[in-house]
Amino acid sequence: MSSLESYLLLSTLLFSIGLAGALTRRNAILVLIGIELMLNAANLNFIAFWRFAPHPANQHDALTGVMFAIFSIAVAAAEAAVGLAIILAAYRHTRTTDLDRMNSLKG
Amino acid sequence: MTATFLILAALAVVGTAAAMGLRNAIHCVLALTVGFAALAALYLQLGAQFVGFTQIMVYVGAVAILAVFAIMMTHHPGLIEAPFSRNWLWGVVIAAAVFATLARAIRLALPAGSVLRTPAEPSANVTQIGDALMHRYVLPLEIIGLLLTAALIGAVIIAMDPKDSASREEEKRS
Repeated sequence: MSSLESYLLLSTLLFSIGLAGALTRRNAILVLIGIELMLNAANLNFIAFWRFAPHPANQHDALTGVMFAIFSIAVAAAEAAVGLAIILAAYRHTRTTDLDRMNSLKG
Repeated sequence: MTATFLILAALAVVGTAAAMGLRNAIHCVLALTVGFAALAALYLQLGAQFVGFTQIMVYVGAVAILAVFAIMMTHHPGLIEAPFSRNWLWGVVIAAAVFATLARAIRLALPAGSVLRTPAEPSANVTQIGDALMHRYVLPLEIIGLLLTAALIGAVIIAMDPKDSASREEEKRS
């Protein structure tokens, strides 16, 4: 098993764990955490491909994988902040974070 | 595959699996920090120092703390509920199917016989990354700054209690 393959399999496993959590948990905050885990699995893929893919001929393209991961982390942080704020606002209306009981769009 | 990779991968998988499987939400977030830290160590092992330390600062330092605060603010002490949805089996089956599909695709794309030559470690020190961010990637950097500012302001406005701020306005006027 090559190194790239083991990193890709690890990232697939992390993605599946995050997906399982996002689909099965009832707490909205933990569902958001599951989505964060899926984003992290994608970041691991970026870094693994950057490390193990053949180097680009152009020197300026050598950092593309790292840059992609950095911007992806920034977007994921913004997503987590706004997501948790939305959960807090929804909690203020419904007094629960249980997704099985949050079944109405009307406040 | 080295022993370092195996240990870090096991730590990451156990941490994230515990984060998605434990009953107490606070324990889940604490297990999650272990998983995120193991992922950061994997980035360091791959030679991406800056991304590894960014992962520690952003995920272990900020996102996990934010999640702990959100859980504590929405916590009902007297209310013990089932942590998993009623049809949790379907979720696990779907996740397992996704894993099987992706793992099969990886296996087919990288056949066992093919010897993939590992290239020399690409250099990505902080000087190079800063140089690239200030020249080649300066427009994406500005856009991400704008996005983070908008997300910060938006999160504060969404999370602000409208009744609370209205009553404060009343107090100021009277």
